[in-house]
Amino acid sequence: MSSFLSQLHFQLSCALQQRIEICKLRQGEHLILGFSIGGGIDQDPGQNPFSEDKSDKGIYVTRVTPGGPAEVAGLMMGDKVMQVNGWDMTMVTHDQARKRLTKKNEDIVRLLVTRKSLEQAVRHSMM
Amino acid sequence: MSVPPSPSPPAFKIDSFRSKVELLRLPLALSSKSISHRKSQLGGAGQHGTGGGGAHRGKPRPPASDMDNESQYSGYSYKSSHSRNSRKHRDRRDRHRSKSRDGSSRGDKSVTIHAPGEPLLDTESTRGDDRDDNWGETTTVQTGTSEHSVSNEDLTRVSKELEESSPLECRRFLGPGLGAVLGLFALVTPLAFLVLPQLLWREALEPCGTPCEGLYVSLAFKLLVLLISTWALFLRPPRATLPRFYVFRCLLLALVFLFVASYWLFYGVRVLEPRERDYRGIVGYAASLVDALLFIQYLALVLLEVRHLQPAFCLKVVRTTDGESRFYNVGHLSIQRAAVWVLDQYYSDFPVYNPALLNLPKSILSKKSSGFKVYTLGEENNTNNSTGQSRAMIAAAARRRDNSHNEYYYEEAEMDRRVRKRKARLVVAVEEAFTHIKRLQDDEPAASSPKHPREVMDPREAAQAIFAPMARAMQKYLRTTRQQPYHSMESIINHLQFCITHNMTPKAFLERYLSPGPTLQYQRENGMGRQWTLVSEEPVTSALSRGLVFSLRRLDFSLVVTVTPLPFLHLGEEFIDPKSHKFVMRLQSETSV
Repeated sequence: MSSFLSQLHFQLSCALQQRIEICKLRQGEHLILGFSIGGGIDQDPGQNPFSEDKSDKGIYVTRVTPGGPAEVAGLMMGDKVMQVNGWDMTMVTHDQARKRLTKKNEDIVRLLVTRKSLEQAVRHSMM
Repeated sequence: MSVPPSPSPPAFKIDSFRSKVELLRLPLALSSKSISHRKSQLGGAGQHGTGGGGAHRGKPRPPASDMDNESQYSGYSYKSSHSRNSRKHRDRRDRHRSKSRDGSSRGDKSVTIHAPGEPLLDTESTRGDDRDDNWGETTTVQTGTSEHSVSNEDLTRVSKELEESSPLECRRFLGPGLGAVLGLFALVTPLAFLVLPQLLWREALEPCGTPCEGLYVSLAFKLLVLLISTWALFLRPPRATLPRFYVFRCLLLALVFLFVASYWLFYGVRVLEPRERDYRGIVGYAASLVDALLFIQYLALVLLEVRHLQPAFCLKVVRTTDGESRFYNVGHLSIQRAAVWVLDQYYSDFPVYNPALLNLPKSILSKKSSGFKVYTLGEENNTNNSTGQSRAMIAAAARRRDNSHNEYYYEEAEMDRRVRKRKARLVVAVEEAFTHIKRLQDDEPAASSPKHPREVMDPREAAQAIFAPMARAMQKYLRTTRQQPYHSMESIINHLQFCITHNMTPKAFLERYLSPGPTLQYQRENGMGRQWTLVSEEPVTSALSRGLVFSLRRLDFSLVVTVTPLPFLHLGEEFIDPKSHKFVMRLQSETSV
């Protein structure tokens, strides 16, 4: 988080790309990441509240569970997930995205995410 | 003496084998009847008709002059697919003479098909000499080594000789005449069967009351139906003369002849001789003949008219001079029938062949002067070097930068512009000209006022009156589009008169000149046939098959026809329940991971 904040000073109002590493938490027999995704090429992009371009069919983070592994790792609501463990997430269906994130044999997922603009991100982090 | 098998000659050359021909003329039995008979015996279109008529000497033969029934100057022409004649009394109108030729070919055959009308475009070419050149038809019979067989070339020569010897008129009418006689004979036969016993031994006949009268009525009606259907189906002026026998028709003629002959035979032996007294049986016999004739007519209908209706092949017709091509679907036809059908479509589908529009202007193509001269130094291997030289020159010429495509492009653009400009002027002139006249309504007084009497004109005068302002624009436009040979001033005024009479607008008047119409539009009314030559490697009575190619040649261009079968269709079925059409709104689903 601190490295992220230090980057904020130098890059103003541009889309940031950040690498976030989330360690999955084991709850019972499931491995959870602690956030929710929306979007996909089979979904309706016009209803995405987080995207700037309403034809963007990428995968977006719609909710982050407070205290969950995603929040701890620095994922924020509205982030667009570009890659998961090297797999591209910009042109996948919703189900494919879910599958890539919930592979049972992986304990750690490394996401490459993009955020809209600096100001909003900062504002968000202040809240 | 045996005829040595000769190598297949070029299609249009006829060598001199005439000395052998005379010896073989009689045994050949080249009359149409006997060959058709032979064909029917062999079961259909004979690819291997035996030459030599030794076995047929006993048959009564019509004079040899009818063998070659095809005239190349037919004033009447047949559409072969309509001139079906299976019954003799149907043949009354049949003027289609066909030659009996069966057998395989050995090389190119070239036979002639005639269609009505006169050629529009080859006015400058001589027509009298065509016959010899195009008549290089090779004969039908496959050469064997037996004495009685005849080689292809020999039969050609025989036919050529016979055709030269007999006058044209006879030949043309002999075939249909024969058919008509046969038809009349078949028609009269049942009546003869009924009448003869009455005439000859009336007293001895057993009286036969109601059943006979019933049979009389049915006989009468069946004959009436036969007559009417014959008139409806077969009594049509033929439109083409085919080079070879029309196989189905000959088959049916032979069948009818056989039928009637056998009935007469039976009648003569069983009824006339012992003077049969059971009249009812005789009437029943005559009725059965009429039934059989009706069935033969049904067979004729199916074979000649119906079988080729279901499409089976796709013909691609390409005109060699300008690449105009069309695709047609036809059914199972023989090559000659398909050729006639294609020609029918050609006259109404293909735009007219304009020789002036064909080639690139010489200015573009003539820049091929080779700037290279090749000198051989040293060795004397002349033969090797000549091919090497030409190849080197070609390669060098190819490598040289060639800008003729540029000139072609600009020339085309310039030509388009010019045509469009002239067309605009023409359209404006015609529109303006049409505003000068109007149709006089009936209730209007002819004189609007005593001071300005209006002259009442008939269409011809009106056309001439308004032709003058548009004449120049029209002439320039026709010259630019190279159409001026097709439209004389007289024809334009006629067309203008026609359009005025029918209340056409200027645009309707111009449609004839703005785009080249089908060839049929430019035909002059004439009794002479259009001469086409069918060139094919297969015998022209064989059926269409995959990959067959034949061409129809005219004096200055030809149509190449390629045959491909229509694909077999596997049609599957899928049932869609009308209730299964359901839709959902596309939502943004959210999944927690």
